[in-house]
Amino acid sequence: MRRRWIAPSAVVWIIVAAAFFLIPLVATLLFSLRSIQTNKCCSGDAYSLIIHDHQFWATIRVSFVLSLETIVISLLLFVPTTYWVHLKLPRLRPVLGFMALIPFVVPPIVLVVGLLNLYKGAPDWFYAKPYGFLATAYVILAFPYMYFSLDAGFRSIDLHTLTEASQSLGASWRTTLTRVILPNIRAAALGGSFLTLAIVMGEFTIASLANFKTFPTYIQIVNESQPYQAAALALLSFLIVWAAMLALLFIGRGRPRPAQVAATR
Amino acid sequence: MGSALRPDARSGRRRVPLAWLALLPFFAYALGFLFIPAADTVIGAFQKQGGGATLDNVRKTLNQPYLDQYWLTIKISLITAGGGCVIGLCIAYAAIREGTPRFIRTTLTTFSGVAANFAGVPLAFAFIATLGTIGIVTGFMRDHLGFDPYQHGFTIFGETGVEITYMYFQIPLMILVIAPAIDGLRAEWREAASNLGASAWQFWRHVGIPVLLPSILGAFILLFGNSFSAYATAYGLAGNSVFLVPITIGFYLSGNVLSDPHFAQALAFGMFVVLAVMMLLYIPLQRRSARWMR
Repeated sequence: MRRRWIAPSAVVWIIVAAAFFLIPLVATLLFSLRSIQTNKCCSGDAYSLIIHDHQFWATIRVSFVLSLETIVISLLLFVPTTYWVHLKLPRLRPVLGFMALIPFVVPPIVLVVGLLNLYKGAPDWFYAKPYGFLATAYVILAFPYMYFSLDAGFRSIDLHTLTEASQSLGASWRTTLTRVILPNIRAAALGGSFLTLAIVMGEFTIASLANFKTFPTYIQIVNESQPYQAAALALLSFLIVWAAMLALLFIGRGRPRPAQVAATR
Repeated sequence: MGSALRPDARSGRRRVPLAWLALLPFFAYALGFLFIPAADTVIGAFQKQGGGATLDNVRKTLNQPYLDQYWLTIKISLITAGGGCVIGLCIAYAAIREGTPRFIRTTLTTFSGVAANFAGVPLAFAFIATLGTIGIVTGFMRDHLGFDPYQHGFTIFGETGVEITYMYFQIPLMILVIAPAIDGLRAEWREAASNLGASAWQFWRHVGIPVLLPSILGAFILLFGNSFSAYATAYGLAGNSVFLVPITIGFYLSGNVLSDPHFAQALAFGMFVVLAVMMLLYIPLQRRSARWMR
């Protein structure tokens, strides 16, 4: 007996889900539209204060540049490694898969304890700069998502034939990797990159405990004193994640679905 | 395989070390920024200030108030993982089952992808704007329903508040993780069961739940770890009122209380042990649940 109509219990659950997911978003929107003088709806004050705050632009720039840097380092490090393991050392695939599970056991709050203790004596250009210390830590956070995405990408192409064809035409390893392999795993690399973007734009734990000023730590400072601006920033943050996930969905059409969860909480 | 693939094939003995050499940058990076920091934390947990081995720090984490903090962190993780599993499973099944229009499933999984990634300080603030003292929903309940939750012991800045807020990423994560397993639950099985006269309850009791169980348990562990290691959301919401282990580690690190790096390492070591046990349970479950997936 195939159902032609939606089951009544399914309707109930879907309404519950929609209510639980949408009410906080709508409430945050309404909250951000309250006027700072009268505490009543509706005014755009909170938004105009934010876009005139130079701290907002400075921190969002730091976080954005950090995400780009993390993405570049991750791709340089993980693409050749994953390629090589698939091509020459397939025995190591389970080892890499296991290593990608380690960050589950060493979450950011544990990792930051180790990193701060180990690198506290490091030179300032590394330890005191977000583009040094934070970026290296974020590459570790990005590793599982980048790896699972790339692994699925490499599994879906015929690596050996492509490499052999490229090399018998006289291409060097570098040419093979950049001009033959990379275009074929572009979707997987982009998928991992957008997840990394979502991680870095939202990472608070390490940035805050290592005393860096990034977008999430800026939100926390606003959060402590200016509730309506904080609501506006919370919505903006939601939109950034939304944009990253839509991009992920768009490039992933018809391909193996990459991992979709990357946030550090 | 052509020789082009193995340019170094002539010296068969050197082939393996050379192939491994290409992985050096990756392993060096993982060593320097993941394994050595992790090992340093574990070793540091058993060290005295200024060197020398000691069990004092680890023993201290097993005393009050830290034992209660571990218990609270574990309790919140169990509650939100359990709740997330049950509610997420029901929602995912409602969206995937026969009869539900296809667009509902697409919308739900897309939205879950976003919601599962929306966490930390912004999520905390979204719930403060909703259920905080002057939040929108609190105001609505107070003005229109004549019920003020803050007069009845509720606060978003307490343990219940943290649990409600965590559900916002736990439920979507469950939906994402369990959807492929529900897809593996063939519609024919349900038809076969009902042809043989089974009720919906009997179908779930004897077919549905047993098939899904490894996936559900695996998802439970994932959700547990997700909540156990959460720092930013709890900090943004209740950094000064709900004492979870990650929050306390943060206090010790940032020097808000007397700075004691070895004690922070001991607390982190405790978290590491709990998560490692979870991971050991997770791996076999993961293998088993792959069996029914298409």
